Amino acid sequence: MTSSFTDRLLGRVKLTGWVSLAAPLLAILFAAVVTSIVLSLTGNPVLDTFVTMVDYGSQPRSLVLILNYATTYYLSALAVALGFRMNLFNIGVDGQYRLAGLVAAAVGGAVTLPAPFHPILIILVAMLVGAAWAGIAGILKATRGVSEVISTIMLNTIATGLGAYLLAEWAVPIAGGNNIGTTPIAASGHVPGVALVPGSSLKVFGLIFLAVAVGIGFHVLLNKTRFGFDLRATGRSEQAAVASGVNVKRMVVYAMLISGGMAGLIGMPQLLGEAYSYSLNFQAGLGFTGIAIALLGRNNPVGIAFGALLWGFLDVSSNILDLHKISPEIVTIMQGVIVLSVVIAYELAHRYSVVAEQKRVSRELAGAAPTPEKEGAAA
Amino acid sequence: MLRNRFGKVVAGAATGAMLLAAAACGGGDTTEGAPSAAPTDAASAPAASGAKVGLAYDIGGRGDQSFNDSAAAGLDKAKAELGVEVNELEAGNGEAESAKEERLRLLASGGFNPVIAVGFAYSASVAKVAAEFPDTKFAIVDDDAAKGANISNLVFAEEQGSFLVGAAAALKSTKGDVGFVGGVEVPLIKKFQAGFEAGAKAVKPDIKIQSKYLTQPPDFSGFGDPAKGKTAAEGMFDAGADVVYQAAGGSGAGVFEAAKAAGGMAIGVDSDQAKTADPTVADVIITSMLKKVDVAVFDFIKSFTSGSVAAGPKVYDLAAGGVDYSTTGGKVDDIKTKLDEYKAKIASGEITVPKE
Repeated sequence: MTSSFTDRLLGRVKLTGWVSLAAPLLAILFAAVVTSIVLSLTGNPVLDTFVTMVDYGSQPRSLVLILNYATTYYLSALAVALGFRMNLFNIGVDGQYRLAGLVAAAVGGAVTLPAPFHPILIILVAMLVGAAWAGIAGILKATRGVSEVISTIMLNTIATGLGAYLLAEWAVPIAGGNNIGTTPIAASGHVPGVALVPGSSLKVFGLIFLAVAVGIGFHVLLNKTRFGFDLRATGRSEQAAVASGVNVKRMVVYAMLISGGMAGLIGMPQLLGEAYSYSLNFQAGLGFTGIAIALLGRNNPVGIAFGALLWGFLDVSSNILDLHKISPEIVTIMQGVIVLSVVIAYELAHRYSVVAEQKRVSRELAGAAPTPEKEGAAA
Repeated sequence: MLRNRFGKVVAGAATGAMLLAAAACGGGDTTEGAPSAAPTDAASAPAASGAKVGLAYDIGGRGDQSFNDSAAAGLDKAKAELGVEVNELEAGNGEAESAKEERLRLLASGGFNPVIAVGFAYSASVAKVAAEFPDTKFAIVDDDAAKGANISNLVFAEEQGSFLVGAAAALKSTKGDVGFVGGVEVPLIKKFQAGFEAGAKAVKPDIKIQSKYLTQPPDFSGFGDPAKGKTAAEGMFDAGADVVYQAAGGSGAGVFEAAKAAGGMAIGVDSDQAKTADPTVADVIITSMLKKVDVAVFDFIKSFTSGSVAAGPKVYDLAAGGVDYSTTGGKVDDIKTKLDEYKAKIASGEITVPKE
């Protein structure tokens, strides 16, 4: 069967066997080589840098931070991946989660509910806002044929402006500070951390379990339901999906709604586990990190989990570099090279397996001797 | 078609990230020579006090020719005069809150004492880390919210300094039209705007003032994107302004370029930018609003070495010499008397400058 570059890029064609593992490992190795070259060109000790990063990144405290970073990245990448699987490029995850985080934080700060309901309400609000914001792009695409790439990028900008306005309306200044933020969420709305890593007093975000659940849900939704089948079918071939009775327009809107709802969750681990208020320090840009990690993980929940952990490790361990007078941007270079080389490595692996398959078949045909003469003649 | 679309986006995103990073690396390199030589310098300095000062910059870091550089100047002075050992860490754009915390913790646990955090974004992090390291002295610039027995808050009356350059802008403007470019629309930068507008109006009540912010929070790129600064300032010069004041950190370089191209005038911020800015555009800078972060940082380190650190807020206003206007280049010499009149009135409390 022939498959397009896009299909292979977005993981809609599965690689099997050892190549599927070799490809990402080779890519990471390649990225390490490129990073080494950059390090030595800029006059930094290559081996020391990596040893320092691994040394610092494997301390109990760093492990907790890695898990916390990865939780956020994982949710972001899943939100992006859902669209990818259907050929929808939801670049608006960034705006969706920021707006969702703001509105959810404001609602959470304004109400007080008994413990289990308070965080649930906040999370639901975030999902609704994220879904609604993404839904605009979905409806525009379904009704007017507007490319979701364009509309979601524009909606990102609008979300920034709207967010700034709403923050100015809702924010309470912090006495003496130059920061502003929404009213802090009462203790009943906090999600307590869990002590997963022995040897560190720092706790892992309680919502890491939500991220795991979303990952499982993603897998089930895509692979075990009619909806998931329709979604994947639409992604592979819109014409074929239409021919087999899939309402593609409805699928577009639904996929955007779900992707946006997942995007709404991105800010939650930090909001409910650490910050308790949407302030000027609210982390921006996670939606774009999600795109890179989704590509890295081939839009597969397990692959994305590894990608998110790798990203978390690189980000956390970059903290130490500055202390040793090595530019932390070296990690950004490494991340960029990893994404690029993973894409290339998978493409090469695909070609390799196609060639290997052809060789195997021709060998078997040759070995099978006289019977297939007719077919041989036909070929 | 799809093939192209995805291929291009992926390649574009990846190479873009790499280029950005490479550019950032390049920028970092120029400044890295100095700090990497730090240990030997400190060791050879005769008056070594033994203090190891850790400093965490805000976004932009050393080399922004503005806010962070002002802090860096104070640190350099302390290194030279007090013989302290220093280490400097830099914030990344769009980093998690925990990254800020971790930066301070790395410094504190690495034996650095005192630890100085530059910028209000560190507020919550300083409060948290200072509680964990009660024996380490912390200072935070631009924030009075983080409280603790070992936290000194170094805050400035930016609106007072901005009032003076606002008056200078109005006195220098021939078209009666001036501009303000803010980096990010946050309460801190609004103080600059409020002071500037009040100063300009004090000179000429009917003056036209154009104001623009480059980005809205949580997007803080407005403090580090010269291209954005240039576009905004170009718009103002095109619309008839002849003096533009920038409070935009690293983006200010673009404002100066625009002023140079339009034949207009510009006003710098935080550092004496007629000295620190790119020499090819420095001649458009008639004055700068000096926010003496360097003085505050140096004073703090000095008080540490002499064992007299005071916790709590220390306000650097006009009366205390914490804010001022610069005269480098002699472009405001003709109006100096008038500016000094305002200065005296503000310092004495006769004029109260609004903060928003």
